[in-house]
Amino acid sequence: MSDIIDTRQEFTQDFDHDAHHDVQPDRGIVRWLLTTNHKDIGTLYLWFSFLMLLIGGSLALVIRTELFEPGLQFIEPAFFNQMTTNHGLIMVFGAIMPAFVGLANWLLPMMVGAPDMALPRMNNLSFWILPFAFGLLISTLFMEGGGPNFGWTFYAPLSTTYAPDTVTYFILSIHMMGASSIMGSINIIATILNMRAPGMTLMKMPLFVWTWLITAYLLLAVMPVLAGLVTMMLFDIHFGTSFFNAAGGGDPVMFQHIFWFFGHPEVYIMILPAFGIVSQIIPTFARKPLFGYDSMVYATASIAFLSFTVWAHHMFTVGMPLAGQLFFMYATLLIAVPTGVKVFNWVSTMWRGAMTFETPMLFSIAFVVLFTIGGFSGLMLAIAPADYQYHDTYFVVAHFHYVLVPGALFSIIAAVYYWLPKWCGRMYDESLGKLHFWLSFIGVNVTFFPQHFSGLAGMPRRIPDYALQFADFNMVSSIGAFVFGFSQLLFLYVVIKTIKSGEPATGRVWEGAHGLEWTLPSPAPYHTFTHPPRVVDAEAHS
Amino acid sequence: MGKPAGNPMTTATRTRNAKITWRLSLMVVGMFGFGFALVPLYDLLCEVTGLGGKTGGAYAYEPANTWPDTTRLISVNFTTNTNAGMPWEFWAEKGGMRVHPGELRQMNFFMRNTTRRRMIAQAVPSVVPARAAEYFHKTECFCFEQQVLEPGELLEMPMRFIIDRRLPKNVQSVSLSYELFDVTYLEADDLVAGHEGHQE
Repeated sequence: MSDIIDTRQEFTQDFDHDAHHDVQPDRGIVRWLLTTNHKDIGTLYLWFSFLMLLIGGSLALVIRTELFEPGLQFIEPAFFNQMTTNHGLIMVFGAIMPAFVGLANWLLPMMVGAPDMALPRMNNLSFWILPFAFGLLISTLFMEGGGPNFGWTFYAPLSTTYAPDTVTYFILSIHMMGASSIMGSINIIATILNMRAPGMTLMKMPLFVWTWLITAYLLLAVMPVLAGLVTMMLFDIHFGTSFFNAAGGGDPVMFQHIFWFFGHPEVYIMILPAFGIVSQIIPTFARKPLFGYDSMVYATASIAFLSFTVWAHHMFTVGMPLAGQLFFMYATLLIAVPTGVKVFNWVSTMWRGAMTFETPMLFSIAFVVLFTIGGFSGLMLAIAPADYQYHDTYFVVAHFHYVLVPGALFSIIAAVYYWLPKWCGRMYDESLGKLHFWLSFIGVNVTFFPQHFSGLAGMPRRIPDYALQFADFNMVSSIGAFVFGFSQLLFLYVVIKTIKSGEPATGRVWEGAHGLEWTLPSPAPYHTFTHPPRVVDAEAHS
Repeated sequence: MGKPAGNPMTTATRTRNAKITWRLSLMVVGMFGFGFALVPLYDLLCEVTGLGGKTGGAYAYEPANTWPDTTRLISVNFTTNTNAGMPWEFWAEKGGMRVHPGELRQMNFFMRNTTRRRMIAQAVPSVVPARAAEYFHKTECFCFEQQVLEPGELLEMPMRFIIDRRLPKNVQSVSLSYELFDVTYLEADDLVAGHEGHQE
């Protein structure tokens, strides 16, 4: 106890001395360029990722337009390849990851009772790198020879010996995205470990904080490996080395091993914060505490640890000793155990709860159901002998879109609906929110469910044309894609309408909400917790 | 460092933040290095396990401990390929032979430079099944060095090998494949220009 009092006095003295509590934001563009405020930077990240979602989504619609019917209708195969590549890169690095970082910026300091992120200036830099990185990447589409066309996995030698000249810009933009992610992660870890209010012990932290802490460590472990990989590419292309060039003693298969050493933890980077979000939302609307909080923390840590041991399950067909295939198959299947723990905990949280179905809850329940479907198709792919049939088919496309769209993206949308009243002090329009949910839910399933079937029937991924027997599934898929894509414009409308003219929100916002952020008024003041709050158990974790 | 407005952090917190930033930065540098360390680690793994069908370097032939195992007869197949954009002709004298494990045998390979310019080639071997790779010893092979051929020149190259007596019993046939690469550009003074020429 004396510890807590001491710290409080220290904070109070420092605060009185500096007297910064009445500082208000600058006006106009300068506010956004120079801001070190975690709420401003969170807002920037979220709008940026929404813009990227629209751009990446437009590329997806170009793909689905071409695939509406068999035959080549609208675009050349070479351009089609640029569309699939950039759709993947923009969605992974531009939409999903920055959206999670934006949520972390807005929420972590408020959730742990800190005045701001630990390193506010670096925070500004991490964000402002991103528009340049993606400006560079997208500009390559308009250059002679075209943009990256080698798939988001950019396997060598497609991305080295046979790459378009713009690959050098691609390498630079990956370096910039990596630097941004690394700085963001350092900031998040420092905030969580150093800036918690007295009494906010690790095992009292909300799960969103926990999942981000673990995600940030994953990012620090694998983004530098990705940076190393693109550096090797750069050397192979321009400086005559032969990391991936068989003629010079290199090995293209090694590229795939290094890529997936980054790539597999990367897919957990895109889903762990989503786990955190639904673990905040489901207890609120089930009006029960989260079932199995401790096991949730341990399950997240286990998934993160195991994610380093499964990378070669992406490469079963590349060639590997039997022992290797068995190891990677069993390690992959093992991940289903902690993931299953989470799914059962969410279901148990809802069990006999006084549930209501506001928009964030609808998106969260859809997350649990549809992410589980994506998890099951992942288990099918993990079985090495079966993977020879599924590899590089639309079954794989269906699988990872099920975990990334109704998985990661739905959780982000749920988070925006859930915390938007706290951010802007106004409630969104519930009927429009529900309409957005149902359009998205139907759209996403109509888009991706048929892809399971076309994949199992043998339709390869990343092709602009296909055999006639896949025509019906593809037409259905394209119709769903347009429904899903355009319903995100409704999301934009709902958010703008809320900000402009929503009903005023209360501080607590949701009847069942727990956590420090809900003890603040709505909208959350520009500076919060300049005095560290007193953490009572009722407001500790969700 | 100036204090960002409205962020009343104590000096103690700042020190701790700086400390953890440096520690985490070290982790980043370490992982960047680890990415590069994966290259030799991967080569080592391939050599130890024969992953990817990689064969070792020149094998020191010692007649004292290599005598033919006449109870087994292994079928050895040879395939030759030229990489995309490599115009040379490249073939083996015969498509295959049957050998006893432990006996030293020879197969002749041929390359012809069909172009009108001097070129340099590098052959890269690979063995299938991969688990046989570590038992396929070559005492002499053109793949240990590069070949420089003048326009139209034909080269005959003997390749001598021994199948190790410890080859797993369930392996009855082994295929040795050579892929021939054009590496003329690696010799060029201006590597960047040379590489672009290579891409064509």
